[in-house]
Amino acid sequence: MRALAVAAAALLLAGCAAPAADPEPASEGPTGTVTVLAAASLTDVFDDLAARFEAEHPGVDVVLSYGGSSALAEQVVSGSPADVFASANESTMAIVSDAGLAVAPVVFATNSLELVVSAGNPGGVTGLADLARPELAVALCDPVVPCGSAAQRLLDRVGVVARVDTLEEDVRAVLTKVALGEVDAALVYRTDAIAAGADVEGIEVPEAASLLTRYPVALLADARNPAAAQSFVDFVLGEVGRRVLTGAGFGAP
Amino acid sequence: MSVLRVEMTVPRSAFDVIAAFEVPAGRVLGIVGPNGAGKSSILAGIAGLVEARGNVLLGDRDLAALPAEQRGVGVVFQDLLLFPHLDVRDNVAFPQRVRLGGRRAAREAVEPWLARLDLAALADRHPGSLSGGQAQRVALARALAAEPDVLLLDEPMAALDVEVRDEVRADLARHLRDFGGPAIVVTHDREDAAALADEVLAVERGRVVQRGTLAELAADPATAWVARFASGRAV
Amino acid sequence: MPRRRTGPVVAILGGLGLALLVLPLVGLVARAPWNELPALLGSDTVLQALVLSLGTAAASTVACLVLGIPLAVLLSHSVHWPVVPRRLLRAAVTVPMVLPPVIGGIALLLLLGRRGLLGQWLADLGLALPFTTPAVVIAQTFVAMPFLVFAVEGALRSADRRSEVAAASLGASRAQVFRLVTLPLVAPGIAAGAVLCFSRALGEFGATITFAGSFPGVTRTLPIASYLAMNSDPDTAIALALVLLAVSLVVLLALRDRWMPGVVR
Repeated sequence: MRALAVAAAALLLAGCAAPAADPEPASEGPTGTVTVLAAASLTDVFDDLAARFEAEHPGVDVVLSYGGSSALAEQVVSGSPADVFASANESTMAIVSDAGLAVAPVVFATNSLELVVSAGNPGGVTGLADLARPELAVALCDPVVPCGSAAQRLLDRVGVVARVDTLEEDVRAVLTKVALGEVDAALVYRTDAIAAGADVEGIEVPEAASLLTRYPVALLADARNPAAAQSFVDFVLGEVGRRVLTGAGFGAP
Repeated sequence: MSVLRVEMTVPRSAFDVIAAFEVPAGRVLGIVGPNGAGKSSILAGIAGLVEARGNVLLGDRDLAALPAEQRGVGVVFQDLLLFPHLDVRDNVAFPQRVRLGGRRAAREAVEPWLARLDLAALADRHPGSLSGGQAQRVALARALAAEPDVLLLDEPMAALDVEVRDEVRADLARHLRDFGGPAIVVTHDREDAAALADEVLAVERGRVVQRGTLAELAADPATAWVARFASGRAV
Repeated sequence: MPRRRTGPVVAILGGLGLALLVLPLVGLVARAPWNELPALLGSDTVLQALVLSLGTAAASTVACLVLGIPLAVLLSHSVHWPVVPRRLLRAAVTVPMVLPPVIGGIALLLLLGRRGLLGQWLADLGLALPFTTPAVVIAQTFVAMPFLVFAVEGALRSADRRSEVAAASLGASRAQVFRLVTLPLVAPGIAAGAVLCFSRALGEFGATITFAGSFPGVTRTLPIASYLAMNSDPDTAIALALVLLAVSLVVLLALRDRWMPGVVR
């Protein structure tokens, strides 16, 4: 028994000393650093998931980096040293898979778009058609990022040509502009509207429910800490993860 | 041309410079004294380039009430202060340019001055390429071209090599005689005072200690410095 | 001066410094998609961004000159002020230089945005600044002006101000002194400052994207377009980067010998 404890302690020390690829320690669980690249729209929910995961596995430090999914995908392909990638649509994940760098992506959540206006609805917006009004300040994501391409698809489906004032690089930048009152209306994810709380008001768009974006997550092939990383991915896909995601407004995969 | 009557106090950090004297038209007064005595401050006060209290009367006009650019007091500075970005012709033409407004008109009007001071050959050169003597002639021409009522020269020979001083001194004496108005030359050199000035004012520590010709100062010096200066011994 | 031999330490460290500055540019040029470059350079994305960047940077430089030269004169006069106002003035001019540009953009937004301190009054008058091209000019002017102010102040300080005294003795009024003596003496410094200002305005990103937003042809300057292109189309991003590099080099070379004795010989 003592030999086993000593061996486990030695392995644990080895795991703490170098966050490189380690064989999974026999009794202590995952350790080390897990670097996660996640879409901007996952900002608050992944902060929450990471904190819970770290509470359950004290030896692990989850480092989160948020951004536009497309930019993150390009970073992974350029060799960014990350362990996990969670993107806001499947085509961005495909960039990483096509490069052979994603190990078995799994969809873990869905999201839908919502029309938001700044608190008090100064523009008097009631629906998507208002986005065509020239006197309103409107912000969208640029079509190269997932929320932008989703917004474009939604607007095309409804037949609205929006008079856009700024095309931002990620959805949180759009959200900030609405929260500050600098734009009258924008299309962001339902989860972002919830996260912004009282700073924005949401307006449900019925057609948006049929246009779901699917969020895949994948362990990366070049992960430095595949054991802990896989553990985190499992956590996101597991029961606790499902509960937290639903609570933030994400749909089931 | 009128008489210059000065009765003023120039405040300075260590001591005030107090001077009262007259310079008739056509006469050259030399102001001599040890370094730091306040000689240049007197010139600056007359020209309006520093704060001063008192009167600077030219005839019946009080220059002290006027800003420097309206006093009609020409100055040849110790460092000459030629405009480095202008050639010789534009330097000498500067006063005309200021008065007439046009660069070309000023450049034409300045030809007589260039000839008088023998600068025609140097007209297109820039101040940086001139010798000490040449630069001094340019500074003098520029001051004279403003047609001032009073002419002030601060250590005019200071920037010159010893070899050229005699020749330049003789030329300068000639131009001063031609000037016609009251003129003041500040110098610490006895040879300069002898060649250029009709009378000298000896200044020590901000006060006038003696006035007279060099001979008078040599005969009856008021202070030890004046005695050494007037007799030609090293000061 | 006798020629001093360059010691090994200086050579090695200096060489490393040079490599750090030059090699990334070499990498950029080497990895450029030269075959597709003509098509990329002719695309709307690149042309719109280029025209917008050049126009706004030029406008910003003009604004910097009009406002910055008098500010530099003020700064040079402030040596006669009491200590506290003098230091405050200098600190105020320095702040945009040391502030991270995004913070500058946020500050501009809080001042001139629709809900901003001044912006709300402008909005009542029907003037909305964010998301317009003038907003780009404002953001660029904010970050670039200190460069011009300090260059001009340096020139004012090193120019022999006694020439102004001589000019006064020759009958020049204060305005004439400034026009005929002071300005020509500081002109090389002004030109150098204008070049720095233009370059800084051209490269400005953080304040622009935060305050003015990002829309093609209106507010999406070369740096912003390049950043966005990195998301999806690295070839376009590289093309945009090359255009920026080329413009910067042209600006530097065009003003070489004539105007910048200190910066480039």
